[in-house]
Amino acid sequence: MSSIAEKLRVYTGLMPAVFVIGVFMIVPIMIIFVYSFLVAGDFGGVKPKFSTDAYVQLLFQKNLFDVSEFNPAYLIIAFRSLWIAVVTVLGCLLLGFPVAYYIASQPEDRRNLFLLLITIPFWTNLLVRTYCWILVLRDTGLINGALINMGLIDEPLTLLYTEGAVALGLIYTYVPFMVLPIYAALERLDVRLIEASRDLYANRWVTLRHVVVPLAMPGMIAGSILVFIPALGAFIAPDLLGGGKNLMLGSLVQLQFSSARNWPFGAALSMVIMAVVLLCLYAYARNVRKNGGGVQH
Amino acid sequence: MTRSRDIRWLPGFSWVTLFFFVFLYAPLIILVVFSFNASRSATVWAGFSFEWYTKAFANDDIQRAATNSVIIAIFATIAATTIATMAALTLSRNKRVKGKPVFGGVLIFPLMIPEIVTAVATLTFFAAIGLSLGLGNIIIAHTVFCIPFAYLPIRARLDGMDESLEAAAQDLYASKFTTLRLITLPLLMPGIVSGAMLAFIISLDDFIITLMVAEAGSTTLPIYIYSLVRIGITPEVNAVSTVLLGFSVIVVTLSYVIGKKNKT
Repeated sequence: MSSIAEKLRVYTGLMPAVFVIGVFMIVPIMIIFVYSFLVAGDFGGVKPKFSTDAYVQLLFQKNLFDVSEFNPAYLIIAFRSLWIAVVTVLGCLLLGFPVAYYIASQPEDRRNLFLLLITIPFWTNLLVRTYCWILVLRDTGLINGALINMGLIDEPLTLLYTEGAVALGLIYTYVPFMVLPIYAALERLDVRLIEASRDLYANRWVTLRHVVVPLAMPGMIAGSILVFIPALGAFIAPDLLGGGKNLMLGSLVQLQFSSARNWPFGAALSMVIMAVVLLCLYAYARNVRKNGGGVQH
Repeated sequence: MTRSRDIRWLPGFSWVTLFFFVFLYAPLIILVVFSFNASRSATVWAGFSFEWYTKAFANDDIQRAATNSVIIAIFATIAATTIATMAALTLSRNKRVKGKPVFGGVLIFPLMIPEIVTAVATLTFFAAIGLSLGLGNIIIAHTVFCIPFAYLPIRARLDGMDESLEAAAQDLYASKFTTLRLITLPLLMPGIVSGAMLAFIISLDDFIITLMVAEAGSTTLPIYIYSLVRIGITPEVNAVSTVLLGFSVIVVTLSYVIGKKNKT
């Protein structure tokens, strides 16, 4: 007796989750997809009229004579976001790989302690963590204070409100996302492979390059995606450490829904971010499938 | 170094790790230290003082924001944990459910979307259906993105649990409901507590989604801190931030200890 009632009973436990995520997450994303093809209302919101203006606005601007001219302003912001996100990923890789490798080569109880120490900052308030860097970087902050006290400089260096500060804040925020997947890949690494490599007269660095790094690759790719996605749409670090001058996509989206009141444009920007993210996830899923979940030998 | 060198040892990697942990913790320690500084300066130490804490706690706006934050976090945690537990039980124990990878994907979907997109999508949705429940709007939004954080530890615990105990209970004529109540749920409890704590922290700390969704009068603590930081750095911000920081660290450590102690 496999009636509809029976089927419903099987899926009862999943209903609340599917309902809540479906209605309050998936439907809203579909709505902004629709909104990105509408016309902005006068005081926020939208007018029900089809238009691709929001997407055209990404590249072109109407001048006084109503002629579309190429306008690179938003493209520059998009490339800046992309660039800062890439720098963040590279920074996290450079810092995260040695840390993950070092932790993976420790005895088990010490490994667990290290992992806890890495996860604790992740669960603390992102706003507070970013704010801490203002205390360090600002003109009267710790770094400038220390340098002036030591007599190395007379005038404070401009550290805050630069692209470097934004990248630093993002690396600081997301580096645990890089360490953990690389660690997960290296933890399973068979020490005998390293021994074999050394027995065959490869030195430590050749072994690292030709044995460890290829085996850590799935973790490095996963980590890069986990860092890249939130870094691309970041709002807090660019806002607090970039100080308005160094606008990134996240802040631009937020602006459209608050003071600029151009919801369709904000929606179109969100769709662009989503497209990049889905592309990354798709590439990753394909890569995992191709490699059967890991590198095989 | 007394012990013989591990074959995996590489020069400099331990220094990078040391640097990494200093990098990770130094800014937080600086914040905590300066929240106790007697002077307004953030570079000069002028003695130990609780002044900024007493000022912050006496501030009506901060009290109201903190109360809002806690109310939202409590409701969102209860809702998200209940929903996540039901879903995890169904996906892990009910063999007749088809399309498990799809449902699993739906449950962690909120983690895959950049927060700013979730924020504006939720705002747009609430505006479109004209939903205006004050704190209720924020509770709904928080429940959604807390579900995966509650779900993952609960599911991990369920998958690691020995199913033979449940099978034994059923062999002894316990009904499905009795088995759930007397066997599965007590065994699952560390996972549920751990998931609930993570959901609570995620809700308490959320900023960007709350910023977009919150109506006037529904200010939460992170939003209030943000508005203070925008105006200028004051020692009160350091004090409030330290309280929020300390709270998160305590809850996460507890969640870790509970999850670990009961691991079988």
